[in-house]
Amino acid sequence: MNNILTQIGIENYIFLSVTLFCIGIFGVLYRRNAIIVFMSIEIMLNAVNLLFVAFSTYHQDAQGQVFVFFSMAVAAAEVAVGLAILVSIFRNIGSISIDNLKNLKG
Amino acid sequence: MTTLIAIIGLGVLCLIFEIFDFRKAIIPITIIGLLAILGLTVSEFNSPASYYNNMLIVNRFSVSFSSLFIVLTLFLVALSHNFYENHQSKLSDYVAIKIFLLSGAVAMVTFGNLAMFFLGIEVLSISLYVLAASSRMNIKSNEAGMKYFLMGSFASGIILFGICLIYGAMGSFDIVEISEMSQSAELPIWFPIGIVLVTIGMLFKIAAVPFHFWAPDVYEGSPTLTTALMSTLAKVVAIATLYKLLTALHADVNYSFQIVVVVISIASMTVGNIMALRQTNVKRMLAFSGISHAGFMLMTLLSLSTSAGSLLYYTTAYSLAGIAAFSVIIYVCKNRDNEDIVNFHGLGKTNPLLAAILTASLLSMAGIPIFAGFFAKLVLFSQTIQAGYLVVVIFAVINSIISVGYYFKLILAMYTKEPNEERKGKPFLIYAVALIAIVLNIVLGMFPSLVLDLLA
Repeated sequence: MNNILTQIGIENYIFLSVTLFCIGIFGVLYRRNAIIVFMSIEIMLNAVNLLFVAFSTYHQDAQGQVFVFFSMAVAAAEVAVGLAILVSIFRNIGSISIDNLKNLKG
Repeated sequence: MTTLIAIIGLGVLCLIFEIFDFRKAIIPITIIGLLAILGLTVSEFNSPASYYNNMLIVNRFSVSFSSLFIVLTLFLVALSHNFYENHQSKLSDYVAIKIFLLSGAVAMVTFGNLAMFFLGIEVLSISLYVLAASSRMNIKSNEAGMKYFLMGSFASGIILFGICLIYGAMGSFDIVEISEMSQSAELPIWFPIGIVLVTIGMLFKIAAVPFHFWAPDVYEGSPTLTTALMSTLAKVVAIATLYKLLTALHADVNYSFQIVVVVISIASMTVGNIMALRQTNVKRMLAFSGISHAGFMLMTLLSLSTSAGSLLYYTTAYSLAGIAAFSVIIYVCKNRDNEDIVNFHGLGKTNPLLAAILTASLLSMAGIPIFAGFFAKLVLFSQTIQAGYLVVVIFAVINSIISVGYYFKLILAMYTKEPNEERKGKPFLIYAVALIAIVLNIVLGMFPSLVLDLLA
């Protein structure tokens, strides 16, 4: 495993993660469908998880992999709450497009 | 550590009471339990220790901020009795979520490991998403919850990325080890990038300019009690954690970091105050006022090694005034569909005591003497001048003067306009909370050394 990491180089893992993270960010900023926005947030979090595992191997240290479990559990809880909010929005206005959420401004 | 376990025990207890149909006892027992936990926390003040392989580090900083959070939660739980009168069947959920939120807050200031920090911030945020959207049938509350969720999880993603880069640079999550290693000369470039990302994520939570745009909408749409929680507890937790984190990472030695703090602090104060001038909704106005106060609190980051005491004093003064103001708003705007200033017309005639309390808390936020807000600003300004940032202090003074403008708009509406309708009922707990909070504020204003010397 370590052999592969030295062949590929940690920098490339970082580039991959940053690319995925930015894809997630642009998804959050530009997509109008709430479900796709949630998926983009998941891409952001999972890009970080990938980098955690890469760094964990790089440092020969298990802490990073343990942290991934924490962040996966947290991400699941977070999305569960988000979906619950989305369900109550759908019940009220019958749509899941975040363009419809424009009642609060001033 | 015992604090954290006791808080979680209390939260579970709330849920168990619901099962055994003990609903009436929930709020009294939670209040008594929180008072007991407060005693437990204060007793740890002089015995610093670390638990579970440095996962939690209890020291004076963490104990004094935890005590502040427990006191704030105490007030918020007391207010829930009246606020959730029409939702008795969900009372235990609302109270339990507030208690779990407190556990996240305590974990955030007690952390000794970045894993604990991340878990704390997530427990706090997820509870807040639920509370923001807790008025299910109200589309405004749904919208506020959704906006807060999107912004919050976006910020969490950025914080997580920052933690990951710090781990990549250091090979450890332990804050003490990271702190020691960050002194050495050769660090990968990932380390400063990680600090920047974590700082950006925390600034989102604090609602400092330019990461403030979610705050007014979310504050306006959420149920008033949740707004009170966000503008007092959540803001104080985030700034205290950012302070602790940056102290541990030795971020202040970097010149460009200081410039960034100066710019963000000035921008937060100015934008917050100028936007607040044109608001007619009181919750929205207090949201912008909170943004400007975030700017003041960020000034403490300029003298990281010495300003823990003044940060504690400023946050205490601000949050006590906020609790007093919001308890009056909860009373006035109950059963109204908005929180416009019109609702406050003539409060000075119909309800002189509450009008006086609201006036006092707004004066404290504006920084008028005898209230704690004045001495908080005084200490903060003199400390920042000593650290050599005269420009920030000049802007801060100008902003304090601007802020008087919109606070007095509300005060004038209470005393000079004619009352529109009578409000029935004198809920005891709201009066008690408002009175205790403002009296504590005045006491701290007369004896600032009570708090300032705690972290000297």
